[in-house]
Amino acid sequence: MANIISDETIEYVGILAKLELSDEEKEAAKQDMGKMLDYFDQLNRLDTTGVEPMSHVFPVHNVFREDIVQNGDDRDEILANAPKKKNGAFMVPKTVE
Amino acid sequence: MGEKGNESILHLTALELGKRIKAREIGVAEATRACLERIRSADGELRSFITVDEAGALAAADAVQGRIDAGELTHPLAGVPVAIKDNICVKGLPATCASKILWNFKPTYQAQAAQNLLDIGAVVLGKTNMDEFAMGSTTETSAFGITRNPWNPDRVPGGSSGGSCAAVSSGEAFYALGSDTGGSIRQPSSFCGVTGIKPTYGTVSRYGLIAYGSSLDQIGPIARNVSDCVAALEAISSHDKKDSTSVDREDLDFSSALVDDVGGLRIGIPEDYLGEGLDPEVKKAVLAAADTLEKKGAKVERFSLSLVEYAIPCYYTIAMAEASSNLSRFDGVKYGYRAADYDGLHQMYKKSRSEGFGPEVKRRIMLGSFVLSSGYYDAYYLKALRTKSLVKQAFDRAFAKYDVILGPVAPTTAPEVGKSLSDPLQMYLGDIYTIAVNLAGLPAMSVPCGKDPAGMPIGLHLIGDCYKERNIIRAAYAYERTRAAELPPGFAA
Repeated sequence: MANIISDETIEYVGILAKLELSDEEKEAAKQDMGKMLDYFDQLNRLDTTGVEPMSHVFPVHNVFREDIVQNGDDRDEILANAPKKKNGAFMVPKTVE
Repeated sequence: MGEKGNESILHLTALELGKRIKAREIGVAEATRACLERIRSADGELRSFITVDEAGALAAADAVQGRIDAGELTHPLAGVPVAIKDNICVKGLPATCASKILWNFKPTYQAQAAQNLLDIGAVVLGKTNMDEFAMGSTTETSAFGITRNPWNPDRVPGGSSGGSCAAVSSGEAFYALGSDTGGSIRQPSSFCGVTGIKPTYGTVSRYGLIAYGSSLDQIGPIARNVSDCVAALEAISSHDKKDSTSVDREDLDFSSALVDDVGGLRIGIPEDYLGEGLDPEVKKAVLAAADTLEKKGAKVERFSLSLVEYAIPCYYTIAMAEASSNLSRFDGVKYGYRAADYDGLHQMYKKSRSEGFGPEVKRRIMLGSFVLSSGYYDAYYLKALRTKSLVKQAFDRAFAKYDVILGPVAPTTAPEVGKSLSDPLQMYLGDIYTIAVNLAGLPAMSVPCGKDPAGMPIGLHLIGDCYKERNIIRAAYAYERTRAAELPPGFAA
C-alpha cells in the first residue's frame, strides 16, 4: 500500500506549490511525501459512505455588506513593505514581451 | 525601584496588577519597566520574543496612565503589559510569523484582537516567538532562534505559541495572546505551566491573524491563572464584520463562571485518551485532577469517544490543504523576502518562496498542494472533510452526556531541545489530544495540574461543547482553587 511518489508527481507538486527544489531536496521530498501519504491512507479504514464532507462546523451563511470604502489611502504605507517599487506601484520582472 | 521591587510587581497576577494600578499603588510605566527589565535579563537565554518594543511600550504606558487617571480606562486589565504572538498584526511592529519570508514585514493595520486590547488600555511589550507560520509543536522551527522552556532551558516550551507561554511563565509578561490551530495555545501552556484558552471557533476575530488553517485557527489568551485568562478572553472576544466566520455571540460574560462549585457538573474522561503512548506520570496527574473534581461534587465517569486515531490524519490533511492555499500569497511581490537573482516573474516567485520558507512549512505546502490536486482531491481532501463530520458527531454524542471532557493536553511533558524535528510524523502524533478540538470548533483549555519527576509541568485538558466555555472555566477555576500556583525555578520568589 506504500505510496511511491514519482519524479513527475514531485515536479507537478513543485509547480502547484510554486517551490523550486534542488535534486537532493526532491529525493527527500519524495520519501517524505510517500511516508506522510501512507499515514493519511489510514483514513481509508474508516467507512464514510453517505457522510457529507464538512467544510465548516457551524452553519455559515454568506456575510453581505454594502461595498463602501472604509479604509483611508494608505498606499505609501503599504508600498513601504514592497521589496521593489516604482511610481507608486509594486515592481515585478517584465511579464509581457 | 530596584530588582526586589520589580520582583514583587512581576509576581502579581494580571488582575492583581490591574487593581493596584487602579488604586494608584503601582504606575503603568513602573509595571512596564519591570517587564522590560525582566525581558532584558531573561530573554537572552529564553528568546520568548522576536521583537521587543521598549520605546513604544513606555510611550504607551504614559498615554494609558493618563487615560486611567482621566477615568477613561476602567477595564480590570487597563495598564497591564501584554505580549502578542508574532502572527497577530500590531500596526507599526514587525509581524514575521517567525519566517524569513516576512522578516521585515510591518502590517499597516491592527488585528481586531490586538485592537480590542489597545481599547482597554493594554500595553504591548512586543511580539513573541513561535514555530514558523505556527507550524510546529516546539518553537524550534522559528527563523529567529528557538525559544527555551523557563522550567528547564534544555527543554522546548512547546508550540507553536511557545514564545507567548514562555514569556508568561517567566514573568516577562503578565499575559499574552497566542493562536491555536491544532493545540498551539494548549500544548505550550501545558509544557510551560501556564493557563491557556482556545475559545469556540468564531469567538475572537481572525482579522489580522496571519492565516495557517483558516477553518481551524483561533486566537486565545495565555496567563498565569484562570481568572487572568478569562479577563483577557472577555477583552479580546467580539463580533467582527471583517471576519466572515466571526460569530455574533451574546454570551460573552465568562467571568461569572468563576465560581468554586462543580456540584453536578458532568465530566467524561475518554478511555481513548488514556491508552498507549501516554506517559504514566501525565496520566497519574490528570486522573488525580479528575479525582479532585469528583471530590468537589462533579460526576466523573469514563467513556469511549471513538475515532481518536483518525483525528490526526484528518487534521493534517485539512490543515496542510488550507496552508497551501493561505501561504500562496507570499510571493516576493508585495512584502517580505524577495530572492536576489531570478529569471522572470515565475522564477522570482519560486526562488523567493523556496529561500524564504523553512523545511516544515515547505513540507506542509507541498502535501497540501498534493491533496488538493485533481486526481487526489476526493481521495484525500474530501475524505478528510467526511472524517471531520464523523469526529464532530462523536463530540456531539459525548456532549449529550457530559458538560466537560477531561484528559491530558499532550502525551508527555516538554521534550528536550533538538529531539523532535527529525521525525515529523512522530511530532504530529503528539497532537493527538488537542487537534480534534479544532476540527470540531470546540472551546478547550489547559490548566497546570502537576509536575513530572524531572520537574516539568503537566497540563489538564478541559474541553467544552461549542459556546460552552463557561463549563470548562468553572471546572478549571474550581480545580485551580485546590492547588498553589507554581512558578519556574528562575522566577519563583
